[in-house]
Amino acid sequence: MERNLAHIALFAAVIAVLGLLPKLSLGFGVPITAQSMGVMLAGAVLGSKRGALAVLLFLLVTALGLPLLAGGRGGLGVFVGPTAGFLVGWVAAAFVTGLIVEQWRSAPLAIVAGLASVIGGIVVLYGFGIVGMALVLDKTLIEATALVAAFIPGDFAKAIITGLLTAALHRARPASILSRQARASA
Amino acid sequence: MISLTSPVRTRAHDAPAGAKLALLAGATVVLAATDALSFHIAALGGTLLLYALPGRVFFKAGVSRLRILWPFVAIVLLWHVVLRDTEAGLVIALRMVTAVGLANLVTMTTRLTDIMAVLRWLGTPFARLGLNMNAVEIGIGLLIRMVPVLREKGDRLTESWRARARRRAGWRLVLPLTVLALDDADKVSEALRARGGLSGNEKE
Repeated sequence: MERNLAHIALFAAVIAVLGLLPKLSLGFGVPITAQSMGVMLAGAVLGSKRGALAVLLFLLVTALGLPLLAGGRGGLGVFVGPTAGFLVGWVAAAFVTGLIVEQWRSAPLAIVAGLASVIGGIVVLYGFGIVGMALVLDKTLIEATALVAAFIPGDFAKAIITGLLTAALHRARPASILSRQARASA
Repeated sequence: MISLTSPVRTRAHDAPAGAKLALLAGATVVLAATDALSFHIAALGGTLLLYALPGRVFFKAGVSRLRILWPFVAIVLLWHVVLRDTEAGLVIALRMVTAVGLANLVTMTTRLTDIMAVLRWLGTPFARLGLNMNAVEIGIGLLIRMVPVLREKGDRLTESWRARARRRAGWRLVLPLTVLALDDADKVSEALRARGGLSGNEKE
């Protein structure tokens, strides 16, 4: 129990610190932050439940008024803004990413974690994000998709890096990849 | 760590946090349910008035936090001007700015301890269902404490990278940073257990 909580809190802190890294720009000028990579990584490393809880804790403290989101944003306003759907989607993204890494054990971890990040961190996440944006900006789902499509290539890059990082972490600290531990320790 | 609370103390700081949050929830529902342009102009005007009441410093701090919305405002307005439906575009943009503005206002005028008390109250029914509120509160405290710690470690990693390489570190720092965080997590969990763990003595 204490170990789970410590991992959840520390990973929430990793997500926050990744938001402080300077933004990179893709070739065509779309800014990307490392923060959503932290979400993918939380799922891939901690597994479904703990990964989702780490994101939930991060969002809770953000809602309480601490500026943990990339660009120093936070407070209650971000949860009614146009990108609120992405924040809610982060919880599901970490859960789905973690679930896939937990269940699919027959392939190399880098590939599994990378594909899991694509499914959780892109397919699931954008599902939530697009619905949220369509609601706030009063657009159809297809129009909202067009608005966010420019960010998808950057997230693909992050998913690939997440896969490589998860495998590297597995080599550095095998016991810490909780998503691949024996299933008894929930 | 800098919090998003106001740079100046306002009268709204003394109002109960629960009441402010309830008002905010109500206002957000009304904003979402109304489509009249005149209503949304008045609502944004009223919100800006609330920002202006505590003085210049507060107003500037508040408005600068709304600036991140401008790309969305620009896209929506452009979109609806092209579709020759400017009024609908204005309603959407005004509604979005007002909703975010009011929510930020509550955050700016509510201390962390006050909003934590509301959270504890909101958690009571879930605590009956088995949620360990003790763990939630320790988790919040841990996160707030560990962000600056981890940030400092990240800064040190960046410095040592700069000492060795000419290229920017970027995502290459994520691996050592995560390893450090995982090691910290092991130490923190031992420390928590040594101090009596999460179940505490207050268990019924």
